Amino acid sequence: MGKITNEELLQKVTAQFGGNVTNVSEPYGLLTVETSREQIIDVLSWLKADEQLQFIYLTDITAIHYPEEQGREIGVIYHVHSLVNNIRIRIKVFLAEGDVNIPTASAVWNGANWMERETYDFFGVNFTGHPDLRRILNVDDMTVYPMRKEFPLEDPNRVDKKDYFFGR
Amino acid sequence: MQNFPAYTDTDLQSELSTLNLGPTHPATHGVFQNVLQLDGERIVSGVSTIGYIHRAFEKIAEHRPFYQITPLTDRLNYCSAPINNMGWHMTVEKLLGIQTPKRVDYMRIIIMELSRIADHIVCNGVLGVDTGAFTGFLYMMEHREAIYEIYEEVCGSRLTTNVGRIGGFERNFNDIAFAKTRKFLETFPKALTEFQNLFNRNRIFVDRTKGVAAVTAEDALSYSWSGPILRATGVDYDVRAMNPYCSYEDFDFEVPVGTTGDVYDRFLVRNEEMWQSLRIIEQALTKIDKEDKNIFHADVPEYYLPPKEEVYNNMEALIYHFKIVMGEVKTPVGEVYHSVEGANGELGFYLVNDGGRSPYRLHFRRPSFINYQMYAPMSRGMLLSDAIINMSSLNVIAGELDA
Repeated sequence: MGKITNEELLQKVTAQFGGNVTNVSEPYGLLTVETSREQIIDVLSWLKADEQLQFIYLTDITAIHYPEEQGREIGVIYHVHSLVNNIRIRIKVFLAEGDVNIPTASAVWNGANWMERETYDFFGVNFTGHPDLRRILNVDDMTVYPMRKEFPLEDPNRVDKKDYFFGR
Repeated sequence: MQNFPAYTDTDLQSELSTLNLGPTHPATHGVFQNVLQLDGERIVSGVSTIGYIHRAFEKIAEHRPFYQITPLTDRLNYCSAPINNMGWHMTVEKLLGIQTPKRVDYMRIIIMELSRIADHIVCNGVLGVDTGAFTGFLYMMEHREAIYEIYEEVCGSRLTTNVGRIGGFERNFNDIAFAKTRKFLETFPKALTEFQNLFNRNRIFVDRTKGVAAVTAEDALSYSWSGPILRATGVDYDVRAMNPYCSYEDFDFEVPVGTTGDVYDRFLVRNEEMWQSLRIIEQALTKIDKEDKNIFHADVPEYYLPPKEEVYNNMEALIYHFKIVMGEVKTPVGEVYHSVEGANGELGFYLVNDGGRSPYRLHFRRPSFINYQMYAPMSRGMLLSDAIINMSSLNVIAGELDA
């Protein structure tokens, strides 16, 4: 266990951001908080710059799609790690499907660049201010965001698996 | 990116030429492309294009029961597939709240450290090849073969191993597996010593690697590097030591770090890690002798498939078998992030479960993907031949890069 406990970390975060940090939970020991897209860069840069916390290491950025949750369909999830205190925090920002803009974290960490490109590629999250927001793993002329739930695993238009080829 | 100065017009010596390094260039050791602008032999700028073997594992995983995702993880870093398998099992076990017996942990550690050695053998061997020395690679390959033979005894396959199950192993290690591991512990140190003698103070090798692609700790952290290449810059971040999983806290080992972060330091760090892995395996073999020989999985009948002969003769076993195969076992709702120290760095699994038979969302934090993004910016101003060995020393595995 680290030198800072989740409670202390949460106290510091709430002291700094108050009501802007909501939905606190602790699944499997990892402190998880939610914030808004207006606050996310402030939260991340504060976590990184704070002398005691020193969350200098961005572990991961990814997203998740909840089609049923009206107005909060797309969640962007940040995992940040303080190597000094050996504690991690997970920060979520939920966006409406029609308005998937969120400021980029690539000014805080260079490593966020490709993680955000991957998230854009698969979920269509538009990271505003990103220096080079292009698709990264899929082909450039793809028109859909394949990790969204409405996108089927297999191409519904493919004909090589039609039943009549197999005498069915 | 401000850390890597752009090449200005005044630096130019000749007309620019464009070089497509990849997607199938022999020096890239995998399928990825870099479009380089060259001024003579010096790289002015580069653009990395990746995704040539993207197989949509995260999407496929959303449609598969947990135990069928293990073979997908094989194909991430295929040079050390068992680490990925174990990482996945441990993630699911964390979600389900399964406590594995110590003997299972030690068995896992043996197989994970063996695969770490196998991965480092390939990386350092190939670094030798790219600097013009084929001997080391050929010489070390024999010992990777020995490791693969141990895999074969344990699980029957060599490259994409699909080893282990949720809760433990599919079968116990047999005596041959232990004998082969012991034999490996005897023969490999000699080979590794000889390998180091070939390279460590070799004038040609040192001239080619020292000071090449040196990276500061600040840059490495800012680019979220992890694994041996981060440790070569002097940051002692090793998941095994920092967030011990799988009983790593029971073991004595050191986390080797470099100072300059150049190709030579990465080479040395990987070599030293192999020594540490040998130490860990040795301790694991001693510890495993004290445990009950017949334990190779946790007692979790809801999640661990019963032996086949029981399925046909025992009502309970049949029910569990049916429930597991048909995906009718209740799983807790929740989200879990678990990371293991892969051969290339922090391999993380972010699993969101809604209680169904397959993950609601599964994200792989792939070290190769994240490590590789500094490659194009750091290549600016570098000689083409240096960029090639820089790529070998990053040990980017295409399967892990593209997922």
